Amino acid sequence: MLLDFSHKMAAHCENGTTRNLLNFYGIKLSEPLIFGIASGCFYSYMPFIRVNDLPVFSFRNLPGIIFKRSTSKLGVSVERMKFSSPAKSKEKLDELIEKGIPAGLLVGVFYLTYFPPEYRFHFNAHNLVVIGKENGRYYVSDPVMENIETLTDKELQRVRFAQGAFPPKGKMYWIRAVPEKIDIETAICRGIKKNCDDMLRIPVPIFGVKGIRYTANRLKSWDARYGEHKASLRLGQFIRALEEIGTGGAGFRFMYAAFLQEAALILNKPVLKDLSVEMTGIGDNWRNFAALGAKNLRDRGVPATPYTELSELLLKIAGREEKVFAELDRIIK
Amino acid sequence: MHLFYVLIYLAETKIFITFIRIFNPFSMNIKEVPQDAAFLKAGKLRDVCYAVDDEGNYTQVLSVGWDPKNEAIRQAWKQINSKSEKIRQKVLDSKLSPLAYHMERGLMNVKILSQYTGFSRWVVRRHMKPCKFNKLSIEELEKYAETLNISIETLKTV
Repeated sequence: MLLDFSHKMAAHCENGTTRNLLNFYGIKLSEPLIFGIASGCFYSYMPFIRVNDLPVFSFRNLPGIIFKRSTSKLGVSVERMKFSSPAKSKEKLDELIEKGIPAGLLVGVFYLTYFPPEYRFHFNAHNLVVIGKENGRYYVSDPVMENIETLTDKELQRVRFAQGAFPPKGKMYWIRAVPEKIDIETAICRGIKKNCDDMLRIPVPIFGVKGIRYTANRLKSWDARYGEHKASLRLGQFIRALEEIGTGGAGFRFMYAAFLQEAALILNKPVLKDLSVEMTGIGDNWRNFAALGAKNLRDRGVPATPYTELSELLLKIAGREEKVFAELDRIIK
Repeated sequence: MHLFYVLIYLAETKIFITFIRIFNPFSMNIKEVPQDAAFLKAGKLRDVCYAVDDEGNYTQVLSVGWDPKNEAIRQAWKQINSKSEKIRQKVLDSKLSPLAYHMERGLMNVKILSQYTGFSRWVVRRHMKPCKFNKLSIEELEKYAETLNISIETLKTV
C-alpha cells in the first residue's frame, strides 16, 4: 500500500521530512518556517571531533533537533524510537505502515543506492520518510530527491543500521496527534529567541558567532601551521560543510532570510523584512567566502587567496551576524 | 542616566535599520542561482536553493551545482585516490593485503570495518597482512565483500 503523501523537495533533509509529515496531518507550513521555528541557524567548529581525519565544521544543529523543536513548539505530540535489534525495528515499521502512519527515519547515506556515488560518504544524519510497502519494497520519500524512490527490505535495513561516527541505530519518529489549532505567532517568537540564544549566548567559544570568530583567528595561520597542502584540505572540508547537501551554510542563511520574510508578514513586523535583507547579504558573504576559498583547493604551491584575507572575511561575517541576531533579540519579546 | 542608555539603545536600532535600508546589499537573485553541472542531474537529484525574485520575495529554485562546491567534492575524491594509490603500491609489493586497498576505496577505516563485519579490530588489522589474508575462509571473505559492496574476486585483486 502507498499512503496519500505529498512528496515535496527541500533544501535540507530534516526540514523536508518534518514539513512533509506535518503536511500529511494538515498543518501546512513552508520549509523556511519549520527551519526558523526549530532555530536551525547555527555555527560550530569542533576541532576535537574528526571526520576523514579533519576537524568538523557544522552549520546545523544535531540531527533530530529540528523535528523535536519544531513539533514541540507547535504543540504536536510525537513519538521517537531507537532500536538495538534490526528485526524489531522492521516489525515496528511494518506495523506503522499497516496503520497508515508515515514514519520518518534517520539513515546513513553510504549504502543509499539511489544517491550519486560521489555523495556517498559515511554520513549518518540523513532523513527520509517511509510512505508505503508493496511486494517487499518500501516506498521512500526522500526530500532531496525529485521523485519517490523505492528500497528493498535489505537495503533499508542496511542504511538504518549504518555504522561509523554517530550510528543512527534504526532511529524512527512519527506524529501521534496534532492540536486542533496551532499558535504560529508564539512558535515563531520562541524560535527566534532560541536562535538568538544559540548564536550569541552559548558560553563555549566554539559555537555561534564566537565560533565564527574563533575559526577566523585559527584560519589565519593554517598555512603556516600545517603547510599549504594540509591547510587546503581543511579549507576543503570547511567548504564542503558550507555548501554540501544537508549542512549548507550559505544556503541556511538564505533560508533564514526567507523565514524572516514570512515571519514579518505573520507577526506584522516590517522590521523583520529589513533584517531579512541583511541576512541575504550575509548569505552572499558566505558564498563569496566559498568562491574565494575554492581557488585554494587546487594544489598550486602558493594559496590563490591568502588565508589572512579569508580570515578577515569571516570576521566581517561574524560581525554582521552578531548585529542581526542582537537586533532580533531586541525586537522579539 | 538610565534614560540616556535607553535613548542610545533606541537610536542604535534605528540607525542600524536605516543603514540596511539605504545600502540595500546585492542579494542572491533567482537568475543568479548557479547551474554548474558536475555530479547532479536534472530530473533525479538537484539542490533546492532559496533566492529572491525581482520583487524581493523568496522562492525555491533548483540548482544542479556550483563550481566552488564541485571543486571541494573533487578535492576530497582526489585525496582518497592518491591515498589508495599509495596503498595499491604497497599491496603490489606484498606488504599489505588487498583488503587494505579496498578498505581505503570504500572510505572505511579499521574501526568501521570491524563494526560492520563483527570481527574485532585486532583481527581486522591482522587481515591487512597478506599471509593472514590468504588463509581467510570463504565465509569470512564474503563478510568483507558484502560490507565493501564488491565481489569476492574483486576483493582478492587490486
